[in-house]
Amino acid sequence: MSEVTNKMDPSGAPRTHGINMGAIDRSSASSLEENPEIALEVKDLNLFYAEKQALHNVNLLIPRKRVTAFIGPSGCGKSTLLRCFNRMNDLVDNVKIDGQISLDEDDIYAKSMNVAELRRRVGMVFQKPNPFPKSIYENVAYGLRLLGVKDKRRIDEAVEKSLRRAAIWDEVKDRLQDNALGLSGGQQQRLVIARAIAIEPEVLLLDEPASALDPISTLKIEELISELKKDYTIVIVTHNMQQAARVSDYTAFMYMGELIEYGDTNTLFTNPSQKKTEDYITGRYG
Amino acid sequence: MDKLGSHISHQFEEELQDIRTQVMSMGGLVEKQLADAIISLTDQNIELAELVTESDYKVNAMEVSIDEQCTQILARRQPTASDLRLVIAVIKTITDLERIGDESERVARMALQFAETNGDKKMLMGILHLGEHVREMLHGALDAFARMDTEAAVSVALADSKADQEYERILRECMTYMMEDPRTIPMVINIMWSARALERIGDRSRNICEYVIYLVKGKDVRHTRFGQE
Repeated sequence: MSEVTNKMDPSGAPRTHGINMGAIDRSSASSLEENPEIALEVKDLNLFYAEKQALHNVNLLIPRKRVTAFIGPSGCGKSTLLRCFNRMNDLVDNVKIDGQISLDEDDIYAKSMNVAELRRRVGMVFQKPNPFPKSIYENVAYGLRLLGVKDKRRIDEAVEKSLRRAAIWDEVKDRLQDNALGLSGGQQQRLVIARAIAIEPEVLLLDEPASALDPISTLKIEELISELKKDYTIVIVTHNMQQAARVSDYTAFMYMGELIEYGDTNTLFTNPSQKKTEDYITGRYG
Repeated sequence: MDKLGSHISHQFEEELQDIRTQVMSMGGLVEKQLADAIISLTDQNIELAELVTESDYKVNAMEVSIDEQCTQILARRQPTASDLRLVIAVIKTITDLERIGDESERVARMALQFAETNGDKKMLMGILHLGEHVREMLHGALDAFARMDTEAAVSVALADSKADQEYERILRECMTYMMEDPRTIPMVINIMWSARALERIGDRSRNICEYVIYLVKGKDVRHTRFGQE
């Protein structure tokens, strides 16, 4: 791991970067914005599972309060990259990571980084809904209790607010004490999102959040994502390209551990600059 | 498409190939209509003119059928990138082709009227030139579409200004005829309508070239100046 090299801007002004990473056709008329504020910055990231290199020199800027989608074929490293953002890869044996990832200027792989605190700031939702075998209420309150919140009224408020934001409040408000496992898959997934946002993270990582759900629940999750981006930076991994096209502001295409193309979603899906991207999104063999 | 690998889904590949082929045959039909309309006017060939007016329904039917197939591809395949641009370019191209068919039909109707009034063939020289020029433009545009040749598309599009100049020249000429002898006015008006139709065909051929550039490069060059790219 490289040394902690946090470079604070002496002016104190919010750091902004062009999203253009070189592989993007600047002439495109559909660029959303020139200089979005950056939440996550990945620099020269290489990741090895034992001898096998899973990520090759990835450089990426993820804008704040926007939805960024990672697409690519199975095994291209998109989930691996996603898991780097809250150090979930620490749990895997024989992982070696070099390069740098910063969350709001804080090097998340610095020795001084408190991983539990990092995971509070960077929440994650997985492919299969994984509610705790507890009541709906307790699922959402769990994180707050872990953080030491004891005030019942404060917890009540946070539970309601989170369930509302996750667009599931109306469906569960009359049965908050029921077991969460009794909810449908789509409801469970929204409950898990409510649980993730109850502790006010900055970033939400969604790893195939809708791939186990039916089309209606999928649309609800997608609708939710576009609501949540008002408050959170969202990074989503999806196999469903139409979904990436529908929900994201920016899309990164990865292939065999490399970031091939990264740019605004409109451009990437109508006029990608790289042939590999074109072949993948149109369903061709390269 | 020619410049890319083939789709994992052969069915999809065939559907895309199919709409391209149909645009080409529709283009061929329209090209023939235009050529026949010009000949019918300059040679005062009534039979040919009637043939043109009667065959317009085929072009219309092709437009409807290709449109329908494009809608189905959009609904069922959700094409992206170059595939999406192909479908969009096809939808727009066939609209222009159908209108070129209509304009050709208009020229053929003028040919019928011109023959009835027994007009002076000398007046048709300008129309002959303009007709030949826009016929070449249409041919070039369809060729550029078939080969996805953006350079050819640019040169055809640039040739539109010559059609505009020719049209202006014919208008001036027509005004002279009318001032010299008001009895020619009904006939001259026919010529003006034909010239107008041909000039519009030049514009529409240019449109097709613009779609070719969009299709191949993903650039929208409508309402821009060519040659300054």
